[in-house]
Amino acid sequence: MNIKLHVWRQKNGADAGKIVDYDAPDISPDMSFLEMLDVVNERLITKGEDPIAFDHDCREGICGMCGMMINGTPHGPRKATTACQLHMRSFKDGDEIWIEPWRASAFPVVKDLVVNRGAFDRIIAAGGFVSVPAGSPPDGNAIPVPKMNADLAMDAAACIGCGACVAACPNGSAMLFTSAKVAHLARLPQGQPERDTRALRMVNQMDAEGFGGCTNVGECEAACPKEITLENIALMNRDYIKATAVYRKERAGGD
Amino acid sequence: MTAIAAPRFLQSTVGKKVVMAVTGIILFGFTIVHMLGNLQIYLGPAKFNAYAHFLKSVPSLLWGTRAILFISVLLHVVTAVQLTALAGAARPRAYSFRRWRSASYASRTMMLSGPLLALFVVYHLLHFTTGQAHPHFIKQDAYWNFVTGFKVVWTAVAYVVCMLALGLHLIHGAYSASQSLGLRTARTAPVFKLVAYAITIVLVAANISMPIAVQAGVIKLHVPTEVPPVVVGVR
Amino acid sequence: MAIKLESKIPDGPVEQAWDKHRFDMKLVNPANKRKYSVIVVGSGLAGGAASATLAELGYNVSCFCYQDSPRRAHSIAAQGGINAAKNYQNDGDSIHRLFYDTVKGGDYRAREANVHRLAQISVNIIDQAVAMGVPFAREYGGTLANRSFGGAQVSRTFYARGQTGQQLLLGAYQALERQIGLGKVKMYPRHEMLDLIVIDGRARGIVTRDMVTGKVASHVADAVVLGTGGYGNVFYLSTNAKGCNVTSIWRAYKKGAALANPCYTQIHPTCIPVSGDHQSKLTLMSESLRNDGRIWVPLKKGDTRRPDQIPEAERDYYLERKYPRFGNLVPRDVASRNAKQVCDEGRGVGETGLGVYLDFADAIKRLTEGGVRERYGNLFDMYERITDENPYKVPMRIFPAIHYTMGGTWVDYNLMSTLPGLHVIGEANFSDHGANRLGASALMQGLADGYFILPYTIGDYLARTKLDKITPDHPECKKVEAEVNGQTKKLLGIGGKRTVDSFHRELGKLLWEKCGMARNKAGLTEAIEKIPSIREEFWQNVKVLGGGEELNQSLEKAGRVADFLEFGELMCRDALHREESCGGHFREEYQTPEGEALRNDDDFAYVAAWEYAGEGKAPILNKEALEFHAVHLTQRSYK
Ligand SMILES: Cc1cc2nc3c(=O)[nH]c(=O)nc-3n(C[C@H](O)[C@H](O)[C@H](O)COP(=O)(O)OP(=O)(O)OC[C@H]3O[C@@H](n4cnc5c(N)ncnc54)[C@H](O)[C@@H]3O)c2cc1C
Ligand code: HEM
Ligand code: FES
Repeated sequence: MNIKLHVWRQKNGADAGKIVDYDAPDISPDMSFLEMLDVVNERLITKGEDPIAFDHDCREGICGMCGMMINGTPHGPRKATTACQLHMRSFKDGDEIWIEPWRASAFPVVKDLVVNRGAFDRIIAAGGFVSVPAGSPPDGNAIPVPKMNADLAMDAAACIGCGACVAACPNGSAMLFTSAKVAHLARLPQGQPERDTRALRMVNQMDAEGFGGCTNVGECEAACPKEITLENIALMNRDYIKATAVYRKERAGGD
Repeated sequence: MTAIAAPRFLQSTVGKKVVMAVTGIILFGFTIVHMLGNLQIYLGPAKFNAYAHFLKSVPSLLWGTRAILFISVLLHVVTAVQLTALAGAARPRAYSFRRWRSASYASRTMMLSGPLLALFVVYHLLHFTTGQAHPHFIKQDAYWNFVTGFKVVWTAVAYVVCMLALGLHLIHGAYSASQSLGLRTARTAPVFKLVAYAITIVLVAANISMPIAVQAGVIKLHVPTEVPPVVVGVR
Repeated sequence: MAIKLESKIPDGPVEQAWDKHRFDMKLVNPANKRKYSVIVVGSGLAGGAASATLAELGYNVSCFCYQDSPRRAHSIAAQGGINAAKNYQNDGDSIHRLFYDTVKGGDYRAREANVHRLAQISVNIIDQAVAMGVPFAREYGGTLANRSFGGAQVSRTFYARGQTGQQLLLGAYQALERQIGLGKVKMYPRHEMLDLIVIDGRARGIVTRDMVTGKVASHVADAVVLGTGGYGNVFYLSTNAKGCNVTSIWRAYKKGAALANPCYTQIHPTCIPVSGDHQSKLTLMSESLRNDGRIWVPLKKGDTRRPDQIPEAERDYYLERKYPRFGNLVPRDVASRNAKQVCDEGRGVGETGLGVYLDFADAIKRLTEGGVRERYGNLFDMYERITDENPYKVPMRIFPAIHYTMGGTWVDYNLMSTLPGLHVIGEANFSDHGANRLGASALMQGLADGYFILPYTIGDYLARTKLDKITPDHPECKKVEAEVNGQTKKLLGIGGKRTVDSFHRELGKLLWEKCGMARNKAGLTEAIEKIPSIREEFWQNVKVLGGGEELNQSLEKAGRVADFLEFGELMCRDALHREESCGGHFREEYQTPEGEALRNDDDFAYVAAWEYAGEGKAPILNKEALEFHAVHLTQRSYK
């Protein structure tokens, strides 16, 4: 099939960038979307033109590295599917495809379709963990977890940190991402000791990174390749409100 | 780069949403009560005017309510503007091509329906409360004001449009508030949705029915025994 | 100038080795730990766990990865699970049994002491991961669930849906992020290690390229740890992530860290077949599919009928036929080789003829479609997404693919390479899996190395070693930086005609054919002759556009492929020299009359550690003899 591409090209963070059109003839419907871009790039290189930079690694929908707006939705038209798992058979011969990077001030563009998602790491660093040093934990079965809670925790923990939620949100909000981690740990007994501070710290960091607020539009949930639900955001809101209510200044360390 | 642990509730996006939700619910609650009160228009001028009188009979209640409403509107609007500014800063550059997957029209137009409601509130106050925007305002006769007000076609149309905007705002907002306050769970979500949708629809339908009823002649001016104290058309 | 391979295995029975060793190791005083710095390259299970743990102990850690976030290391892709000898199911498992299974599964080409330590530590890993909030699958009573995996006779595999690697990695990543937040780890994402800095015979740092700005810089420390994963991508098509590479251990090799058993590569039997030349990687589907699916091909050669038109009598369920006892559940290498064999006979299915059917028709009859969906729904969805075929209606097509590499940098019991100060962990070392890795054991090894072994052994090294203070201005650093810059310039300056990928594909195809599932002398010799010519053409005709001082993905790939082009040759040499079949290494000349791998314990019960001899010189083979005291060597049989 023959495809026409409109791709965002931007040399680096300082460059203004623009949409550039490319023809992509002879595309096999069995190609993945990224393989289509590979082919386009091979042709560009042969012609002596700079290939389109895009992030990817595992190409099986789990590392969260890939991500771009494809025809106005993150990762393209297929539900619960990352760009690397999207196949060209989702398009028709003669289709035009618009490809743009995630757009959010917290995700500055590095080049073309590549953005910097370091803000997500900093949100996790702020509190998305259980503080247990290696070496001293109790036996695994000493902490029973009701199956339902384990399942719900796993649902939330399935987040791959790709940033599609931010890209999809009309407010550029990172609440789905942040809440997925808050909810994962809040559902488990292991996460309880730090539950309040986690919600406070992670939300504070999320705000400091310059993400927008949530207006419960639900685009994030619809765009999420791992089908993380809005329910997690409600849980995070709840935890944050409660944590604010019970907050006390930490005391300085003992002896 | 250790994170700030202390709550900064009102600065936080979560806290701001709580403000939106709480003030939104107060306003929502008020619109419900307001709608219930107004429905008495169908019971005739005596009942309606008695109700109107009653509202003004306890000044502390009146002004207390007005104060709460005023503060709510103020906070609601200020926070809405703040959140919109945050959202704008979070995505300074729009996509060249955008397709929505699930976002409802209502959810995407809160900042259109909302400001329209603000204008409406101002107009509404000038229209029925203070009377400046009313062609035949009579201070003591709410029923009269109501009917003559809605006899003006474009006024009736404007009210209907604004009530549809209110519906649009609430069809998203009323359900959204349960999420902002963290009340929603997989199990409670359908309940909140049902309640929010049902009340919104009833509210809008009831509110719209009134100007339409006036236009259709279902709600009429006074029966002869209740001649207005003042001459029609003069104030 | 052969190096001395001192394995440093503690004396005495293997059961006590690790405890004894832990006591014998020197400790670094807690207050002194903060005076030491450690570089960790890699943020996978091994590198991520090590970085977090070293930082918890007080060391100053710098951690590097090539992805934009440490959370994206390839460990994230592991699906099946992680083994541990917990015996929670009361089915007779024990540390000794896991140890025994692993040594046997590795076809007796691993060190007993290392494997025993791994089995011992396996139980701590689960405890640790649970405490960190890894959402392992649970029973209704709230206890941890297990499944049996990869043909094991006991249920010792812990799992988190089909995303065990992801969840374990996120656990390590979160611990790492916590240390980053506390300022104990400095994280360098999008930084690629391009060379090692050796000063006074010790590994003291690395040279990296900032993949965003292109800046080449030196980082120095008291010790260097590599946890950079496997080199399966030397075959171009593999189940590895696109960025997986051999660069770090190859550069280390050239600086004196011997590389062991590079020919031990593992093929996974249940991958989705190649669909065309555009194919960029292969997708693995969990081995568990073989529990219920039946593998077959048509009896007749070149049978192009649709599968449902081929009557039962004209199908060959070859695994069930040849291995009545294990049937479709034979180990990975056996299943893979048999698939290749039937395809070589011209009985393969699909457009390319490189595939066999994995048929669930019987399972659907037995369990109903709903039952099958419950067990494998997500895998079936993934299959359909990629192939556009509905596996509930048509049999799946599968074909083996390169999946894991057992070979890697030679390390002693302390996980230190032959280059003092350089420690290598996870899949990057030659590891504890011998010639074949059992399912669900790589995650276990990576975490054992990272959480529980390296943090002790590196302390011992630091406590025993007197190190001079150095800075990145050291002349050696400048020299290595200049070399790295030189290579970048060279790559950018060639201005040839062919893309990097085209060379990578060519190399991969050659290796897959000659050094893949089955190898023979003639093929390997041919490959060893051909690779240098591909390499030569690469250096004359590759086309790398753009500049060095920007994000340049072609340049990144070019550097990796340049190293693969050298490494591939060593892999073939290793395969050629090992005149026996063992585990993942199958030499056609050495098989039993029934076609099974035939080991030669008299001549090859050793680790082959290759030493770099200099540009253009043949590498030197060093041997570490393997001794077996606790386990008896037997011939594997699955008949
Ligand atoms: C599809 C698939 C499924 C699997 N399933 C299982 C399973 O079910 N059970 C099991 O036990 N094992 C499984 N494995 C194997 C297992 O996942 C890996 O062996 C293991 O995770 C490797 O971990 P690691 O930490 O050694 O390396 P990786 O996780 O690969 O990490 C390598 C790290 O090194 C960094 N790096 C590499 N090169 C450089 C460089 N030059 N410069 C800077 N940084 C660099 C990378 O950025 C990355 O952070 C599976 C493997 C695959 C491919
Ligand atoms: C009768 C008057 C109004 C009522 C009953 C009302 C009600 C609500 C409710 C219930 C919410 C949901 C809060 C939440 O999601 O947490 C809401 C949100 C909102 N309102 Fe109003 N509102 C009114 C007027 C206004 C006005 C005047 C504005 C504009 C300036 C406005 C702008 C908004 C915005 C921007 C939101 C947030 C959007 C969102 O959360 O999706 N509203 N409103
Ligand atoms: S490349 Fe890993 S999720 Fe797409």
